[in-house]
Amino acid sequence: MTRINLTVDGSKVSDDVEPRMLLVQYLREKLGKTGTVIGCDTSNCGACTVHLDGTSVKSCNVLAVQADGSEVTTIEGLAQDGELHQVQKSFRECHGLQCGFCTPGMIMQSVDLLKENPHPTEQEIRVGLEGNLCRCTGYHNIVKSVQHAAAQGGAQ
Amino acid sequence: MTLTEDEMTQTAPDSTLEIGKDRRRKEDQRLITGRTRWTDNLTLPGMLHLAMVRSPFAHATITNIDKSAAEASPNVVRVITGADVADEQGGLPNAWPITPDQVTPNHPPIAVDRVVFAGEIVAVIVARSAAEARDAAELVDIDYDELPAALDLKEAAEDKVLAHPELGTNKSAFWRFDSEEAGTGGNVDQAIAKARTDGIVIEREYRQQRLIPAFMEPRSTVVDPTGEQITMWSSTQIPHILKFLLAAVTGVSESKIRVIAPDVGGGFGGKLQTTPEEFITFLVARQVGKPVKYTETRSESLMAAHHGRDQWQKLTLSAEKDGTVTGFKVELLADLGSHVSLVGGGVPVLGAFMFNAIYKFPAYQFNCQTVLTNKTWTDAYRGAGRPEATYAIERIMDELAAELGVDPFEVREKNWIKHEEFPFTTVAGLEYDSGNYEAATARAKELFGYDELRAEQKRRRDAGDQVQLGIGVSTFTEMCGLAPSRVLGSLDYGAGGWEHASVRMLPTGKVEVLTGASAHGQGHETAFSQIVADRLGVAFEDVEVLHGDTMVSHKGLDTYGSRSLVVGGEAIVKAADKVIEKAKPIAAHLLEASVDDIEFNAGRFSVKGTDQGLAMAEIALATFAAHNLPDGVEPSLDSDATFDPVNFNYPHGTHLCAMEVDTETGEVTMRKYAACDDIGNIINPLIVSGQLHGGLVQGIAQALWEEAVYDDSGTLVTGSFVDYLLPTAADTISFDLDHTTSPATTNTLGTKGVGEAGTIASTPAVVNAVVDAVRHLGVTDVRMPCTPERVWKAINDARGGAQAETVGAAAPHFDESTGMDGTVDRTSGGN
Repeated sequence: MTRINLTVDGSKVSDDVEPRMLLVQYLREKLGKTGTVIGCDTSNCGACTVHLDGTSVKSCNVLAVQADGSEVTTIEGLAQDGELHQVQKSFRECHGLQCGFCTPGMIMQSVDLLKENPHPTEQEIRVGLEGNLCRCTGYHNIVKSVQHAAAQGGAQ
Repeated sequence: MTLTEDEMTQTAPDSTLEIGKDRRRKEDQRLITGRTRWTDNLTLPGMLHLAMVRSPFAHATITNIDKSAAEASPNVVRVITGADVADEQGGLPNAWPITPDQVTPNHPPIAVDRVVFAGEIVAVIVARSAAEARDAAELVDIDYDELPAALDLKEAAEDKVLAHPELGTNKSAFWRFDSEEAGTGGNVDQAIAKARTDGIVIEREYRQQRLIPAFMEPRSTVVDPTGEQITMWSSTQIPHILKFLLAAVTGVSESKIRVIAPDVGGGFGGKLQTTPEEFITFLVARQVGKPVKYTETRSESLMAAHHGRDQWQKLTLSAEKDGTVTGFKVELLADLGSHVSLVGGGVPVLGAFMFNAIYKFPAYQFNCQTVLTNKTWTDAYRGAGRPEATYAIERIMDELAAELGVDPFEVREKNWIKHEEFPFTTVAGLEYDSGNYEAATARAKELFGYDELRAEQKRRRDAGDQVQLGIGVSTFTEMCGLAPSRVLGSLDYGAGGWEHASVRMLPTGKVEVLTGASAHGQGHETAFSQIVADRLGVAFEDVEVLHGDTMVSHKGLDTYGSRSLVVGGEAIVKAADKVIEKAKPIAAHLLEASVDDIEFNAGRFSVKGTDQGLAMAEIALATFAAHNLPDGVEPSLDSDATFDPVNFNYPHGTHLCAMEVDTETGEVTMRKYAACDDIGNIINPLIVSGQLHGGLVQGIAQALWEEAVYDDSGTLVTGSFVDYLLPTAADTISFDLDHTTSPATTNTLGTKGVGEAGTIASTPAVVNAVVDAVRHLGVTDVRMPCTPERVWKAINDARGGAQAETVGAAAPHFDESTGMDGTVDRTSGGN
């Protein structure tokens, strides 16, 4: 067991974890942050995407011990003071989700994409979301959601 | 009546009505904030975890299992083999034996002495954590004697190697529909014989490759055997059917079982199943007396959750010289995989009535042989039988057009049902209630820019461009809204096709709606709220839709076959109407009027010709108080309804796809996709467009990317998302969609199903476009998925190139291009 200290969605947490424990397992099993989900076992689907020190990562591809000393934001910490993030609002507005399983990862990746490129073209959005799989929407309305968020100043 | 979008805009709908509004979904708040209820999120005190030990062999005898090391592993509670529970585990049900003599192998949840596909469960670890269970799974030492495996569908159909030697054959069932025998048309063999001497006969063989539904949420099941009641949470499309079958298989009283489908992350038919994992979790929880959870990994899901499609289709189409079709004969081989699963045997039969599609064929015959192999069992995948049929007919209609040298629309128009001919009884015996193929086609061509793209195609052909343009047409219809119970009975299906609903009026005027449909992404809570808001004249926000829990919504037949709205929605309408009828005498009593003088409109009961009236909420409160009700009237407005449809319903549409094909590399790129669908009246356009987008991409993915591939030993080589190619955002484009409206005549709302439409329609449109781009080079077919290698090889073969043999030798496992007669099909595009 290894002791880790980190900040998750604004709260300081400290736990003993097995060195092999993945960050996504730590979030779900130790912290109950079940908003972040596991969709595959090969880091292809992106459903587990969170922000690690402000940058999107697939949390199945990071060991919990690697997050020691870091700041993690999950889908559950994205809204501020009860106000949804613009990207969350835009996904609802543009019907960018159906079953919703890929949605946490898709939203977290979109937030990071817009931070790097506040006014992306459709193709830049499509390439930027390439690491996140969705089986329901055909991506059409996910792309529209990101465009909508960009138009509303969603990079903030 | 058929209106185009433009006309509908001109006759703007009543803005006070909820139906027709782009309501944002009620479901979304929890999904976009992570406050979700996936089964795997659930943790109960003392809960144990399962890991499955799965067979690495497609067919083998289990000679010994040494579980001692696994049992000694930390925090392992129990290790269970098939032999340990052979007498009590029961067998998985087949709810649709398609013939009385269907050969149906036993299907134990845990293999006992023999495994019949790679991925079959051989032992189960019960441990205190999921990680410890998986660690211990590695320690189970199993000896196998490998047996020859039946892997190739055509070879299996010849019984060369038996998937289940004790059965003596791989042939499970043979099912036929013949229009002459049924009295719905003529003799197809005579039609074909006549055309051979005095007409046109087109013969083709198409492959429906094996696909994997690949819902995003891996399957998960939690069972809590607290006290008398056993509660199962499961990531399923069918909580009600699961409850019934758990009781039927295990002997536990149905009244003691509660099944909950909480948030479910997609299904697409893939969760229309009762699974070994569900039965095992149920069994173990009862054995250990504690809550037990099993969540599969993605690799397990791809390997062992049921697959879809997997057919060879031999087709013979006869026509007069002017392109008027005179007969269509279909001979299918369908791969069941290792077992006849819940409805797996019936999936091809769902296509039996659809190969004639939108056309007026005088003679039709459908033959299907289902075949057992040593691969993962197959069952429903989005469209289930109807995409296969649509692909076959829409591909071969293009071949007929090519034979005649005419535009693909010309042969379609010559043969399709005219809009004034509805209702129309087809050669397959179905009555299509409404539709307008002319209107949908006109709008789709306009949206697509058909004439302009044809002109560009000609320019590029004439110029001999390296990258050629192809245009693909698909004028599809489908039968959905499963289903009239009598029809299902006549097809030997094990259940009915009705749906149930309850509407509860709460004292505050709020409404609870209980539906037996079980959503997993479709937006039932939103669309059903819109229906009830209009029907009862209450606010959209005041309606709460409850589903997916057999204790809350006790009766239902769940969600599949594009049935939720057209069957489940209609049940809600009927229950709401009963509420109104129950409220009328109470309103009359309170208003001191005769019941005959009471009118109900927009949520208000009023006395004809007066301004006196009471709102639904006031009646609800008065009924709750029950202080002043008429004699003999029960103090409740709550109502139930069970609706059994009298017919399927028949959405249709015209889909057009433009593909760029690089004739040097075989690379294909989608340039444009436009479609005009007719799904009758629309409750929520936003949800409808979402269903279409997602459906389109699943159908396009079959055409271009997805295929479950096994190697020569029966191992799934596309066993992760690295190899099984789900499309990404970067692979796809945005779509141009519109709709026409021919309301269904068989339900009050005039609606038709939309969940499967995009998937059914799009696959042939894409492949027709790929073939169209290179047909002038001599290509007549490209096998799905149309990978660059296959497209390049089809072009090269057509040009008479010799390099093909080298490529063929390089990747023999990935293709099966021998024809039904064992000869190599040079037009298949396979290697």
